[in-house]
Amino acid sequence: MKETRQITCIRCPMGCLLTVELTDGAVTKVEGNLCRRGEEYAKMECVHPTRMLTTTVRVSNGAPLPVRSREPLPKDAVFHCMEVLKGVVVTAPVAAGSVIVADICGTGVDMIASTSA
Amino acid sequence: MKRENRTIHVSLVVVGGGPAGLAAAIRCREQGIEDLLILERGPRLGGILRQCVHSGFGVHKFNEELTGPEYADRYIDRVRELGIPYRCDTMVTDISADHVVTCVSEEHGLTRIKAGAVILAMGCRERSRGAVRIPGTRPAGVYTAGTAQLFVNLKGYMPGKRVVVLGSGDIGLIMARRMRLEGAEVKAVLELMPYSGGLKRNIVQCLEDFDIPLLLSHTVTEIHGENRLTGVTIARVDENLRPIEETKEFIDCDTLLLSVGLIPENELARAAGVELDPVTGGAVVDEHRETSVGGIFSCGNVLHVHDLVDYVSEEAEIAGESAALYLKGELPRRQTVAARAGNGVRYVVPQRISGGGEELRLFFRPDQVCRGAMISVSSGGELLRVRNRRIVTPGEMESIVLKEEELRRVHGDITIEVGLKS
Ligand SMILES: Cc1cc2nc3c(=O)[nH]c(=O)nc-3n(C[C@H](O)[C@H](O)[C@H](O)COP(=O)(O)OP(=O)(O)OC[C@H]3O[C@@H](n4cnc5c(N)ncnc54)[C@H](O)[C@@H]3O)c2cc1C
Ligand code: SF4
Repeated sequence: MKETRQITCIRCPMGCLLTVELTDGAVTKVEGNLCRRGEEYAKMECVHPTRMLTTTVRVSNGAPLPVRSREPLPKDAVFHCMEVLKGVVVTAPVAAGSVIVADICGTGVDMIASTSA
Repeated sequence: MKRENRTIHVSLVVVGGGPAGLAAAIRCREQGIEDLLILERGPRLGGILRQCVHSGFGVHKFNEELTGPEYADRYIDRVRELGIPYRCDTMVTDISADHVVTCVSEEHGLTRIKAGAVILAMGCRERSRGAVRIPGTRPAGVYTAGTAQLFVNLKGYMPGKRVVVLGSGDIGLIMARRMRLEGAEVKAVLELMPYSGGLKRNIVQCLEDFDIPLLLSHTVTEIHGENRLTGVTIARVDENLRPIEETKEFIDCDTLLLSVGLIPENELARAAGVELDPVTGGAVVDEHRETSVGGIFSCGNVLHVHDLVDYVSEEAEIAGESAALYLKGELPRRQTVAARAGNGVRYVVPQRISGGGEELRLFFRPDQVCRGAMISVSSGGELLRVRNRRIVTPGEMESIVLKEEELRRVHGDITIEVGLKS
């Protein structure tokens, strides 16, 4: 099955409007990009879009703790991960970089502390 | 009030413990200056980065995508490693032209510090509703985006549930996403100009990802509500940025976030008699980041508003290094020429250059979006350097390096221009 999608390349400030043709979920044509990076971006963004997730979790004895995903996780898991993180409460001291939720929502990605608390 | 009954003497006082102050202090210590002191009015070091929990910091400097706290921690760890003294919860209230710094704190009361040199690194503050003059009532629920960021990320409470954001700079975009992730409904982000001042990446990942509409050429014309905000009237604006009556529309919301620009915080510089640039709102500096008052240096957002903290750190390192040279009596003293903004350019920093040295990076901000841009630098009517760029935008600071050979050809004021590639 063929479909076309329009996305904005975010690899540089040009922000080229890309027209991406997908055949059975695979990228078969990219138009509108001024350079190769646009094509790479289109492939990633249309086949397996990922996002860095950053937020805070509650600390029972202090101010909120900033946390982040160790690496980008699947975009469509973002709200599910937020739900899980809303229920998380940690107790200080917490070292920077320590795992707050391992393998969050089965994404294979850990949520880690951005700083110490 | 308590009072430290003697005047303390130190080589260098750094005012502000944000990324600029930290990087400047570190570099100055690395250049052999032993007794320095960082003064920070907040409870912890790190400045505004402490509340910027999102990622995207350090891409240039560390080739990594760090969160704000992670970026700050790298410098705070280094400050501790080097044993650089600092005082938090300490507010500087005055600086004199002869480097007497007055500060107050709960712990030490009023303290006077006589410094060999001073680095100004106080950052900036956000423009508020008063600064943009929106008519209407004065209900609760109207905040600057940075204040909302502080509430959500440092205090852990949400300012509201139905949100409109005015201003599409990066802070506004980041806060639209943050509020949405925390469960609020973000009705729209409005931008007065026909283009957004934010990064493309933030428009895609903060708005498009969540189907938040970005309304370009729109503004808020009225604020409604008695005690709590009940809504705003918005309108499209014409080419003179005036609201068009027929396009007025009411949006129901309980929170309005303002992300309408940052202003360097320079009351202290003014007190010290430092010459300010009316365009940047920061000090006029030379390439050493020395102000018009000898031995007082400036860097970071207090000098001019940066979009990337990486450049803040870089600039602070120059200021720190220069302060060390100044203290050792080795800062070169040469005649300077002015570096000016020509067509297509809003401002240039540094504003004065002496032309010595091996190479020099001039930072400047374009005054409009220009595709197929040609950047040219000339001095006394002679063209020194030309560079082509696919695009320049007011939202991203630009820079251009002059090499030793080009610097030797500097014989009069320097002008940077941005035009269309012919
Ligand atoms: C709300 C907001 C959000 C931002 N988000 C981003 C972002 O997402 N990405 C990005 O790259 N940049 C962001 N920036 C820009 C960011 O400010 C800079 O990248 C960087 O933090 C500037 O560093 P600085 O040290 O100059 O200023 P700051 O980080 O503001 O630090 C200045 C410090 O000086 C202290 N100070 C001020 N006056 C006094 C005084 N009188 N006495 C003692 N101490 C004083 C302040 O308390 C503060 O800690 C943001 C800016 C703001 C205002
Ligand atoms: S395709 Fe190339 S030029 Fe266009 S936005 Fe992407 S990276 Fe920039």
